[in-house]
Amino acid sequence: MFQDISFHLESGSALVVTGANGIGKSSLLRTLAGLVPLAGGTLRLDGGEEDRATFEHAHYFGHQNAVKPSLSVLENLEFWMSFTNAVQTPDYEGAEILPRQALDTLGIAHTCDLPAGFLSAGQTRRLAMARLLVTARPVWLMDEPTSALDTASEKQLLGLMNAHLASGGMIITATHTDLALTSTQTLNLQASDAATQTIGDAFS
Amino acid sequence: MSIWDYANPTRFLRLVQVVLPWLTGLCVIAFAAGLYMSFFVAPEDYQQGDTVRIMYIHVPAAWLAMMCYSIMALSSLGTLVWKHPLADVSAKCAAPIGAAFTFMALVTGSLWGKPMWGTYWVWDARLTSVLVLLIMYLGLMTLWRTMEDPIRAGKAAAILTLVGALNLPIIKFSVDWWNTLHQPASVMRAGGPTIHPDILWPLLVMAIAFTLLFFVLHLMAMRNEILRRRVRSLRLRAAGAAQPGTVANATQPAE
Amino acid sequence: MSSWALTLFKRDLRLSVRVGGSAMVGVLFFLAVVTVIPFGVGPDLNLLSRIGPAILWIGALLATLLGLDRLFQADRDDGTLDLMLMAGRPLELVVLIKCLAHWVATGLPLVIAAPMLAIFLNLEPAAMGAVTVTLLAGTPALTLIGAIGASLTVSLRRGGLLLAVLVVPLAIPVLIFGVSAADAAIHDPVPFLTPFLILCALSLIAAVIGPVASAAALRFAAD
Repeated sequence: MFQDISFHLESGSALVVTGANGIGKSSLLRTLAGLVPLAGGTLRLDGGEEDRATFEHAHYFGHQNAVKPSLSVLENLEFWMSFTNAVQTPDYEGAEILPRQALDTLGIAHTCDLPAGFLSAGQTRRLAMARLLVTARPVWLMDEPTSALDTASEKQLLGLMNAHLASGGMIITATHTDLALTSTQTLNLQASDAATQTIGDAFS
Repeated sequence: MSIWDYANPTRFLRLVQVVLPWLTGLCVIAFAAGLYMSFFVAPEDYQQGDTVRIMYIHVPAAWLAMMCYSIMALSSLGTLVWKHPLADVSAKCAAPIGAAFTFMALVTGSLWGKPMWGTYWVWDARLTSVLVLLIMYLGLMTLWRTMEDPIRAGKAAAILTLVGALNLPIIKFSVDWWNTLHQPASVMRAGGPTIHPDILWPLLVMAIAFTLLFFVLHLMAMRNEILRRRVRSLRLRAAGAAQPGTVANATQPAE
Repeated sequence: MSSWALTLFKRDLRLSVRVGGSAMVGVLFFLAVVTVIPFGVGPDLNLLSRIGPAILWIGALLATLLGLDRLFQADRDDGTLDLMLMAGRPLELVVLIKCLAHWVATGLPLVIAAPMLAIFLNLEPAAMGAVTVTLLAGTPALTLIGAIGASLTVSLRRGGLLLAVLVVPLAIPVLIFGVSAADAAIHDPVPFLTPFLILCALSLIAAVIGPVASAAALRFAAD
């Protein structure tokens, strides 16, 4: 699927994967998430826990929200908090926050006890986002994180992403929209045989 | 006064509030009279002894099992043809009550049958048809439970109810035919055409009492269902409303 | 057992009991199967009481198969399965707990309904008890074996029928020893305990093979 992709990401910085539709941005993220086996090459996280796979250090925030409509908002979140194993690396100082706090941060705390099926698309997206806040993991893999969000929520999401970077986390995201992240590299996927990639500091 | 006057749930709820106490009172009186008559006035059967008194529960329950389905079928017509907004509420609320009465008819039937047949259950045509009816009730209830949106669930259930109503006579006929195929003699002789007035009167009063009970329960259930739907829409609105204080929060990154 | 396991168990149980869940459909299907069979074989009570344990067992097998396709599919459809694979919990254990929750929500009601349905089939009290006990010991095996089929067909849109076809051959031993244990309790020649212990052993074996095989299948299904 991919050829000649290599990148190196320092903690505290983000990698924005760009490219045309169908070029394989999502597949790249799914590969990093361990959902698609690596055909060749290596993936290493310096300072990660020895006995854990690389993808177990990462949160995957994909197109699907993994929200159960018949469970309440809080039940949904509490399940993921308890089920997902938190992983710490030396460089990462992100703290976990309580589910109610996370919902409050994302502006959906008033829906706590409602079935998640009652939420709008944007609210469901934010509930899915809250999952990343209640369990600490240094790497966030985000596939089109801003879809279904309005401008205000998008800003909020950016704030959270920047906070994650500031505490030494890493973000790898595939997106079409420009995200105003503090420290970004860009990985541009192209369709040619010798898929070139440009890595550069876009913002700093 | 047409049923369209009560298309408005609020008006319907007001009506229920007025009617329900009277109906409940009547129902209690009818049950007191009916139970007294069936236990103390009605004679014992010369063969079955006191066992025959089960009939005063069994027959009205079986009658209600069928009446309830008719009401559901009528309500389903209301949902699909006349689009009456309360019709699917009525149908949905009738189903569990109907299932309960059907179950009661089955249980009393098999208890009554035990001394006669020597076993709790025989695959008698009548009992079997009632069992099939019970399965249909339970299936309908499950259909309602499985669908989240009450309006869509109501329409789906209405179609199934009507198909069932058309099919029930066919099922009944087939079961009768199947039954005679296997055992020509009918096991149970329920009354026959000449019923002694001493038996008929308690039976009639009990039937009225059961019917009243149905309407009391049905109205209560409809009231609950309307309120439940209001709660649902309130919660939907609550979810949609912005969280107090979000506007201030949203502009600055949290934490 | 750690807390995440308990949370997963409670979540799965809640999902199958709440609106949209299908915990009771299995029992209803069981009732329907048991009701329909006399229409086929006739209402002869002697015959029915003789084949009653077999009817109940086949009914329970079919009802279990019916509910199995949702075991992983619902979780796959909304992306939950991906996250479960990444959560850093042993997948075999996750599968085992999901099966356990699924059994409590769909298998246990079948076991509880069995004595009631046994009345329709004119079973003696002893036979009723025997069928119920064998179902209690045997239905977990059906769920656990079925989990393999469920995870193999998880990526298919209409995997339900295929699942049944895949699982039925694997479930034959359970059926054989379940029915023969129940029969042994009614007719004296064979001791009840021999087939019953084999049935228990089958359940235990399934508790090992089921989660391991189905976890492997789920890992492949993710990509």
